[in-house]
Amino acid sequence: MLKRKTGRIALGFAAAFSASAALANVAQARDLTVVSWGGAYQDAQKKVYFEPFKKAAGVAMNDESWDGGVGVLRAKVQGGAATWDVVQVESDELAVGCEEGLYEKLDYSRIGGEAVYIPPSVNPCGVGAILYDFVLGYDKDKLKQAPGGWADFFDTKKIPGKRALRQGPKTTLEIALMADGVAPKDVYKVLATDEGVERAFKKLDTIKGDIVWWKAGAQPPQLLASGEVVMTSVYNGRIDTANKNDKKNFGMVWDGALFTLDSWVILKGSPNKDAAYKFLDFAGKAENQSKLSENIAYGTSNKDAAGKLPPAVLKDLPTAPDNIKNAVEINVAFWLENIDRLTERFNKWAAK
Amino acid sequence: MTAASLTGADAKPEVSLKRRLKQAERARQLKAFALVGPLLLFLLFTFAGPIAGMLWRAVDDREVRQVLPQTVAALADWNGKDLPDEKAYAALASDIMAARAAGTIAIAAKRLNYALNGFRTILTGTARNLKAMPEPGTARETLGKINPAWRERTTWTTIRDASGPVTGFYLLAALDLTRNVDGAVVSASPDQAIYRDVFARTFLISLSVTALCLILGFPVAYLLATLPPGRSNLLMIFVLLPFWTSLLVRTCAWIVLLQSNGIVNDSLHWLGIIEQPLRLIYNRFGVCVAMTHVLLPFMILPLYSSMKAISPAYMRAAASLGAPPVTAFLRIYLPQTLPGIGAGSLLVFILALGYYITPALVGGAADQMISYFIALYTTETANWGLASALGAVLLLATLLLALVYGKLVQGQQVTGGMKN
Repeated sequence: MLKRKTGRIALGFAAAFSASAALANVAQARDLTVVSWGGAYQDAQKKVYFEPFKKAAGVAMNDESWDGGVGVLRAKVQGGAATWDVVQVESDELAVGCEEGLYEKLDYSRIGGEAVYIPPSVNPCGVGAILYDFVLGYDKDKLKQAPGGWADFFDTKKIPGKRALRQGPKTTLEIALMADGVAPKDVYKVLATDEGVERAFKKLDTIKGDIVWWKAGAQPPQLLASGEVVMTSVYNGRIDTANKNDKKNFGMVWDGALFTLDSWVILKGSPNKDAAYKFLDFAGKAENQSKLSENIAYGTSNKDAAGKLPPAVLKDLPTAPDNIKNAVEINVAFWLENIDRLTERFNKWAAK
Repeated sequence: MTAASLTGADAKPEVSLKRRLKQAERARQLKAFALVGPLLLFLLFTFAGPIAGMLWRAVDDREVRQVLPQTVAALADWNGKDLPDEKAYAALASDIMAARAAGTIAIAAKRLNYALNGFRTILTGTARNLKAMPEPGTARETLGKINPAWRERTTWTTIRDASGPVTGFYLLAALDLTRNVDGAVVSASPDQAIYRDVFARTFLISLSVTALCLILGFPVAYLLATLPPGRSNLLMIFVLLPFWTSLLVRTCAWIVLLQSNGIVNDSLHWLGIIEQPLRLIYNRFGVCVAMTHVLLPFMILPLYSSMKAISPAYMRAAASLGAPPVTAFLRIYLPQTLPGIGAGSLLVFILALGYYITPALVGGAADQMISYFIALYTTETANWGLASALGAVLLLATLLLALVYGKLVQGQQVTGGMKN
């Protein structure tokens, strides 16, 4: 009786093991999987990168979406079951993951060479995908007079109503300093001092009761549309999409915008490295990148992509000369060093 | 059979009888174990293992030891009073050279930066500027020139305290404590001491939600238990329908209801009750409302099942003996519902402790519960040590409550009203 039972358990184990072995085989033989940020942005990527790439290269691929966080990638790579190959990451995820050895070192000779990309987008672990801004967004139907910039954002007398900012210290402190009159190019110099941090929080104090904190990129357009807030910090592409697809009448202020890059990385130990390089090469070509900018208002990394665009499209991109003139690049090194401390500080301030 | 025959000649078979009994007992135990074995293994691999792994991360501290092995060894016999000797400086220089070649410097820098903000720059900058191994006897001078921080005692105590292999650093940080230069446990700096407040906030919100659920849920459960079956079934569907609806959907529905131009504010404005829209969301009020709505069924179902078991004859008996309704309710009915109240309250309270998505979407910056910080450190900043430590504290609190819960329920079957 007992024997038979142990036999059955052994059988169960054998079944389980063979099933997991089969799964492992499936994992090894899986198609190229590309991961991006979802929403309108990934729809545009599907249209100009994923579908044409499948046709042109004859490579089978899937795409998935994620919400970011280097911890997610760490868990995938360290767990030894990375089901993703190519992932689009934000600049801090690129830096931390690169330090932790989560990504393959890129061989630029296989994706057209370093010279074809704009310098800030070239990194040993990843190659730039898009350049985008946090801008001041507002609803033109509700505000007859366009806000002048971050200083007006903090002026509740001039423009009454609530405002939305991204929850946490990143971007919030920079915006507060610019509103307090710090020139865009000096923001991180000031923020690196204790007095600068004090100054930023003091400025935030002035509108503390009027701030709504958003957490996901989809929230700011929704907050504007529902009339919950009159102004918000927002990704520039979201404003554009809301105007195009939802017939909204949102405006944005490029002055004092914060820009940053997203990059493509190949996860360490990817079984589809060749296909991944083919994809990156395809997504790095100027003619493909210019199509992306036509679909969604983000700048791209290939030097020649902007030249292929009609002027009407170009003027709404973060990379247009007028738009980038007074913009600040989000300082990755600064945030790597200070994110934990300032997050704690921010929450202390918020709870007061 | 006499007493004498039990000893001596017949002793052997008697021993073997004992043994046979034991064998039979053991076989039975094994059989029982074999039946639950698969479940045990499943739980071990999918539940206990991962939790133990995460708890281990709260004390695991091997990064610095791996990247700067010689320095850690050289600091082992350092008294910590004044600067370490030349040997330690030389060890550090050699470690930095090796780590730079291996590309691992940032791993140690990240860990040391948790303890001393700015350490990342000190270490990566030193690695960048240290062109070659200093001449013997000049390491201290060379490193001090590259970055004056190497002439500070705190720089070295930070390395020593992060030498691992295990550390209390993260657990202390989760309780707003830290070790000072001399190794004594002291309060963290006021700017960084937030976790006790966050735990207190988490417990406070959970408590308010539990109280609200009890106040709202008790009459509903009473109705369910006393109405005739046809109508009580209809009512039960009303209770269960939101229970089966996605949490995210219900949370977003509250946003639509409570926002400035939402249904509630517009109605009040239309009725002329308010001039300016009330602030009902992105604050504590919104969190309590949405969480109470989401968790209400967890209170109603245990209450219902305990009330269902109370015979109406008791209340009739109390009334016939002259008890006024209030007295009868307080002395006869309420005590019999106590197990249900206890079970429901603990269930709601424990579930509320770990809530993440609802406070994240409808709360303000001052309403984020502990789960928000665990998620932040897990995914965003990848500070898994601190995330695990915060998780460990929360787990401990929840386990204690679960024990109380177990005591209160006392083997009662809480079937959630699904019993036929």
